[in-house]
Order: sequence, then C-alpha cells, then structure tokens
Amino acid sequence: MNDKRPDSGLGKDLIGLETLSGETIRAILDTAEPFKEISERAIKKVPVLRGKTIVNLFFEPSTRTRISFEFAEKRLGADTVNVAASGSSVVKGETLVDTARNLEAMRIDMVVIRHGSSGAAQFLADRIPSNVINAGDGQHEHPTQGLLDLLTIRDSFGRIEGLKVCIVGDVIHSRVARSNIFGLQKLGAEVAVCGPKSLIPTAIESLGVQVFAHVEDAIQWADALNVLRLQLERMNAGFIPSLREYNRVFGVSQARLERAPVDTVVLHPGPMNRGVEIDSAVADGPQSVILPQVTNGVAVRMAVLYLLAGGAPERAEEAKKGEA
Amino acid sequence: MTSEKAQQLLDAAGVDETLHRLASEITAGGAGEGLLLVGIRRRGVQLARRLASILQDTGGFNVPTGSLDITLYRDDLHQIGPMPIIGMTEVPGDIDGDRVVIVDDVLFTGRTIRAALQELADFGRPRKIELCVLVDRGGRELPIQADYVGLTVDASARDLVEVRVPELDDESSVTLVSAAGAQ
Amino acid sequence: MSRPLHIYGGRVVDPSQGLDSPAAVLIVDGRIEAVGLGVEAPDGAESIDATGLTVSPGLIDVHVHLREPGGEHKETIASGSRAAVAGGFTTIWAMPNTDPPIDSPAAVGYVRAAGRAVRASRVMPIGAASIGQKGEQMTEIGELVAAGAVAVSDDGHPVHNSGLMRRLLEYTQTFDIPVLQHAEDPGLTPGGVMNEGPVATALGLRGIPNAAEAGMVARDVLLSELTGGHLHVCHVSARQSVDQLLWAKERGLRVTAEVTPHHLLLTEELVRGYNTQAKVNPPLRVEEDVEAVRQALVEGVIDVIATDHAPHHYDEKEREFDDAPFGINGLETAFSLCMKALVEPGHMTLSGLIDRMSCAPARIMGLDTGTLRQGAPADIVLYAPDESWTVDPARFYSRSRNTPLAGWVLPGRIMRTIVSGETRFEAEGDA
Repeated sequence: MNDKRPDSGLGKDLIGLETLSGETIRAILDTAEPFKEISERAIKKVPVLRGKTIVNLFFEPSTRTRISFEFAEKRLGADTVNVAASGSSVVKGETLVDTARNLEAMRIDMVVIRHGSSGAAQFLADRIPSNVINAGDGQHEHPTQGLLDLLTIRDSFGRIEGLKVCIVGDVIHSRVARSNIFGLQKLGAEVAVCGPKSLIPTAIESLGVQVFAHVEDAIQWADALNVLRLQLERMNAGFIPSLREYNRVFGVSQARLERAPVDTVVLHPGPMNRGVEIDSAVADGPQSVILPQVTNGVAVRMAVLYLLAGGAPERAEEAKKGEA
Repeated sequence: MTSEKAQQLLDAAGVDETLHRLASEITAGGAGEGLLLVGIRRRGVQLARRLASILQDTGGFNVPTGSLDITLYRDDLHQIGPMPIIGMTEVPGDIDGDRVVIVDDVLFTGRTIRAALQELADFGRPRKIELCVLVDRGGRELPIQADYVGLTVDASARDLVEVRVPELDDESSVTLVSAAGAQ
Repeated sequence: MSRPLHIYGGRVVDPSQGLDSPAAVLIVDGRIEAVGLGVEAPDGAESIDATGLTVSPGLIDVHVHLREPGGEHKETIASGSRAAVAGGFTTIWAMPNTDPPIDSPAAVGYVRAAGRAVRASRVMPIGAASIGQKGEQMTEIGELVAAGAVAVSDDGHPVHNSGLMRRLLEYTQTFDIPVLQHAEDPGLTPGGVMNEGPVATALGLRGIPNAAEAGMVARDVLLSELTGGHLHVCHVSARQSVDQLLWAKERGLRVTAEVTPHHLLLTEELVRGYNTQAKVNPPLRVEEDVEAVRQALVEGVIDVIATDHAPHHYDEKEREFDDAPFGINGLETAFSLCMKALVEPGHMTLSGLIDRMSCAPARIMGLDTGTLRQGAPADIVLYAPDESWTVDPARFYSRSRNTPLAGWVLPGRIMRTIVSGETRFEAEGDA
C-alpha cells in the first residue's frame, strides 16, 4: 500500500512536521494565504473537493479541532462524516486495523484521525490507500496545529527565520509542543521550552531546544510564547502539586509580560485554563494572537486538504502546463 | 521532432493600440458607477490594470481592478494530479449590482471563463458580466463569447498563442507559434 | 538401548574442557562415551558425518515463555520446544507467567510431563515465586521443587515488595535454587512502552528509564548480600545495572545475570516508525548500554545469554504501539544473532559464545549438561558457524512470528540438535 505515496513533498498523508522539509512546510503556509480569503466571501465555499468523502475519526473528544476541520472540509465542498469514539463500534474492542479495513471498504477519500496513542495516525496511514491527516496522536504530533501556529507567527512578524519562540508548560504530554519544535526549527527559528522539570521530557535537548527553568527567563528571551494547556489530570497524577502553585510559578501573567524587553506575542492552542497557565489579561490583551490562530486554523487545514487531494506541491507547476 | 514556426501578430505598439481600442469600446456607453475590471491570473490581471490606467489617462475614469485565481473552480482538477499553486483572489468590495468586465489574455476552450463566472457568483450578484480578451483564437468547447476582442486568430488546436506582458515577460507582444508540417 | 552414535569429521568446540579441535564424539546409551581425534566407531554404531560442521554441547536457555496453559494461540510447550531444538537449544527453562500461572505442584508437573512428551528439547519448569504472581504470598516452593521446578520467578512482573524478595532469597536456600528476578521498579515505569530517551521524546511515547532496572538490581544485590541467597538477574539491559552486578561480583555474592541476544545488538532506533516488533521489556536501549552489557558478558560480569523468548500472535502486535504486547520471539534466531553481535565483530570467540550459551548456564544453575565430558548427557548441537541464512518468520517452528529481524541475513546455521543421544532436529536438505 505504501507504494502509492509520491516520492517527495507532502505525499499521501500528513502525519507530522518532523518528516517534512522546510520547503514543503513553506508551500503549505503559502497555500493557506489564498484560502484565508475564501472564508471572507459572501459564499464561503469553493468546489475543489466536490465529490470527495472525508471521515473525521475522533477517538478522543475534541470540539475545536473537529469543528475547524469540518469547516475546512465543507468550505472546500467535500462530503464529511463525523465518527466519535463514544456511541459507535469505534471503541476499544474493535481494533484500529479493523477500523482501517472498514474505511477502506467504504472507499473513503480522506481520513482525519484523532487518537490517544502516539503513532496511531501512522498506523492507519500505512494500512489504507486514502489520505490520512493526523489531528493529534497521543503525545506525538498535531501537525495542523503546528502549521497554524507557524502561520500566525509569520503573520505577526512577517517571518519565522531568526525568531525566538518558547513553548511554556506541559511539554511532556504535548503533541502541540513536538509539532511546534519540528516546524519552527525547519523554518529557522530558535526554540526553547519552559516548565517544571517534571513536565519536560527526558532528552528534550536532543531535539535541539534549550530549557528554561524559570518562566521569567523565558519571557526575557522570547519573541513569542506558545502557552500550553495544563490539564487537571496532571495534578492528580502527581506531576505538579497544584494548579494554584503552577499559576504562581509558571503562569504567563501581565505583570511578567510587562517586564519583557519586547512586546512578546502570545499563542495558546486552546482550550485555555484562564488563571492557570495564562491570565485573562494576557489572553484578552493586545499581545494575544489566540483568535487569529483559530482563524488561521481553518485556512491551514483547507490548504492541507487541498494539497493532499492532489499530491506533491513541487509537481504543481508541471501540472499547470496542462492548462491551455 | 516537429519544427516550429513563430509569427509575431502584435508588437508592443500593436498591443498598446489594441488595448486603447478595447478601453474605448468598454466605455462606449459610458464608464458609469460600478464598473469593475477583474483580470484572470496571471496575465489577465496585468491587462486589466493597463486597461484601467488607459481609462484613467484618456477619460479620467477611476475604474477599480481585481484579480481572480480560478484554480479552485477548474473542472479538470481531479485529472491533473498534483494541485497547482493558488494565487490570491482579490475582488474589491461588494459587487452586487456592479458591471463586471472579466479580462483575460487568450480565449480558447472557454473553460477558464466558465470557472471565472462560477467564482464571481460566490462574491455576489453583479448587474452584468462581460468578457474582454486580447486574443480570441477559436476552439471553444463551451457556449461562451467575448464582448470585446482585440484580435481574432484562426489557430489550430496544436498551435500556441503566447501573450507577453512587460510585468512578467519584459516585453509586450502577441505571438503565434504553429507546429509546421505534419511530421 | 539404542545403538551407539559416532559423530566424526567435525570440529569440536567444548569450552568446558578447553577443546577446540577436530575430533570425533562417541555416544553410548545417551551419554558421552569419548571425545577425541582417534575415537573410532564401534561395530554397529550409527554414524553422523560432521565434516565442515562444528560440534558443541547443546545450548541452554534459562528464560523462555511457552505460554501454555492459557496462551496456546501464541505458543505451546510442544511448539516452543520444537522451536528450541531448531535454534540449537537442548534445554529450556519455562517461565511461570502463564494463565493460570505455574504456582502449584500440579502445574509444575504438567509442564514437565508435557515437555517430556514432545521429545524435542528438555523443558524445565520455573515455579512462580508468589501465589498468582501477585507479589504477596510466597508459593509452596518446597512442593514446587519436589514436582520438578528448577527455580522460582515472578517474571513478567518484578517482585516489588522488598520484604518478600528478602524472604524468597532466604527460603530458597533450603532447596538450593535461584530466584529469577525481572528487575523493574514499577513506580518509575507507569505507561512506559520503550526506552526513556531521545527516540521516546521524538515519538511521544512514554519511557522506561535505566534507573527503573538498575535501582531494582541494586536493591536485590543488597538483599543477596544480606541473605546469601542466589539472585539471578534476568535480561540486563542498562549500563547502570552492570555497575551493580560488578559490585556484587567483586564481593563474591551469589549473584548471576543474563542478557538477551537482542540487547547485545539492537538499539531503540529500531522502534522508530512505531515498530511494535521492537517493543520489548526491558526495552531496547541506546548504543552505550549495548556496549556495556556486551562488555559485561565478555568479562563474565553477566554470566549467560538467555533469549526471553516471548511469542505473540500476529494480530496482537498489529496494534497501536501503546497497546501491543512486549516481547520478541527469540529461540530460532538467538545463536545467529549472537554470532553477529559478538563473534563476527571479534568481541568474543566462538568458544566464548558457546560458553555463555551452554557451559555457563549449566555451571551457574548446577546442571549436568553443557559439556561433552565423558558421562554427561549427550546434548549436542551441530552447526555451520560461517554459513549465513535469511530470517523468514514464516518458517519458524514457533507458533508466533514476532521478530524485528525478518529479512535479516545472519551468520551461523544450526544443522542438527541431539538430546540424550537422539536427534531431535535436523536442518532440511543438509547434513
């Protein structure tokens, strides 16, 4: 089944940013630009994926990502079906390989998958001929979130190369962190992480990032902060003593931001825990680009769907010659 | 290999003269409120801008221009494999009730214009849509006609009509490249 | 009894006697009668031409999972012991983590009897250390030994409770058997599925740190010192564990240890792409660890090689990485993988390898096999050390095919395996 993949560029699937070249990532971001405009039209729909069927296969609950994908799919004219883990056969019991075979039997064109196990998207992609888009697999990657973060940072600064970006918070459990690290580095940014050592993975330095133990130092250093959501479960599992203490030591507050030498841009993948990892004054303040992230999310996902429907972007110019 | 024969149909002066004529035809009934020139990417956009500038210089009309990338509306996307790179589509303001003139370099099968019509409809409901092309080379596959034609060429399906614009090609010309002989 | 057996024309490598030279082996009544260049076949003897082959004492594996009872879709005592002889093993020790676990004399007796019935390798049962392998109450170890158990272990799970581990190391001394410990501190490995390190971080998989193993080894070594009991550390994978073992050896404690063939060569890099065939516990580590355990084996700090043969049904490995079971099917690739890891690159001689896979296991566990000395049971392997072959799991005698080595070309081919003078395996088409 793997022989269906083109030899370069985006290929059949989008599993993660680790395996993409900087050139391919740039091509996706550039393609997202014209798609931003479509969402501003009176009629927000183009017929480019007309007749394509897409399954949004969500083994984990998600509102934001699923809605964003669904808007992107519908604005490109695709037919979509949402499958959530609860209330279907897609629960533990039916194996992922059986799910894959069933999808294949239904002749689906594309599958957007969210799954709690790292590697699940790759697993599915290796077993079906349809395009597979990873909407988050375990603690591995969330590539479209990474791409929308990149696009938002590029919109803010006009570039990514040479910027300093720090990812703050629960890095060990974060697929967003990994996609950000890989994507930002490929486009020439310097990346750091910051958080309590209990939430920073072993050997993170091997990914070429530096580690800040104090959020104040991270703010001094960074042009942009990507603040991760801190889940309540982390406290119960003993990674941190309490949310209150987390906010006191690592919370991104207005007071801390004001001491930065530059106007730091603040991102958050959502959903936010106001008063835990980020204070409301920051989330709603002038340095926040949290809502532009959401807008860009739809454009980036449209770009990814569009590019995957056709194949590799490098071959696009060649394809265009076919037009009289 | 088949040998090729290139024949220049219009030089820079010829293109300029033709555009002046097209500009005056477009405004024959007056420029009025709500005239909008929308060029089809890529060379239609340059031609639309030159037409607007001619209208400004000769008649003092201030005509807005826009651009359309019709890629997403093509009817052959599923046939061509890798997706083409998309350019920006810029349609200024609300086009409800406007008179929109679509501008393109060459009119051939008509499929591009069909796509453009469909795309324009997603921006609103203009009072009237017209079509202006620099060259009509025949060979239509859809019932589409231009309202304003710079030059009519009888070209076979294997011939190439090349329009060059200064912004992209460093010169202004129209050339017919015909496949000579029947080898 | 059966006819005498005369194996001639081969090179005999028997490190238990310091032998590495052309010689013939004569077997009478299932025991070694003589080994030497001039040993002739008596009248009526059956002859085996071993020209071009090497003849050594049969391999001994003190750590095998046979899955019966309860997991017969993965392996049975019959299929496992056939896989063993195909891999050159004449003795295997069966771990008790079956369903139900081997924690009663009846269960021990069943494994022993079933093993005998197959007439492939010798199958020796290991009894559970605690009832139900729950790590709470000690099994009736005396009864288990009387029924044929050769050791106790809760393998699959560590004996976490320090008090229980102490009692086991004390109580087993009456019966002179070792406690086989899967060293892992479970508090350090919640959800862990691979080595904790750069690859786990990149793949977003939860890690099992070296300290989880080495910390437990340190504790157990101290308990061996405290009690004088025989501690055998299973499948050592971490370089820090080697330091603990070295400390124990320097003090002359009754501590022995094993390493698997896969930990002698493979690293965590093999997991990339979420390769569940490389999911094993303890996990494949990094190059530094591989070098450390290899060196420890060469120097005798680690005593023996054991496979930790862990068969799994194909669809159990065809899962998300988190959900796939741990384990590598090892019996039929062990000798060749060790040839590649140790002998080919020159870390060890062939004789050294045979010691670690045959003589040393017999020595540390007090078995009468693992040697071609006169009077020893005639457990013998004939092999072509320089002949290479391609690993094709479809041809395994094991019921399962879970190996990360499919398609690998490995040196060293097992040609014939003899148990008690009787040929129990013969390679197709040759010898």
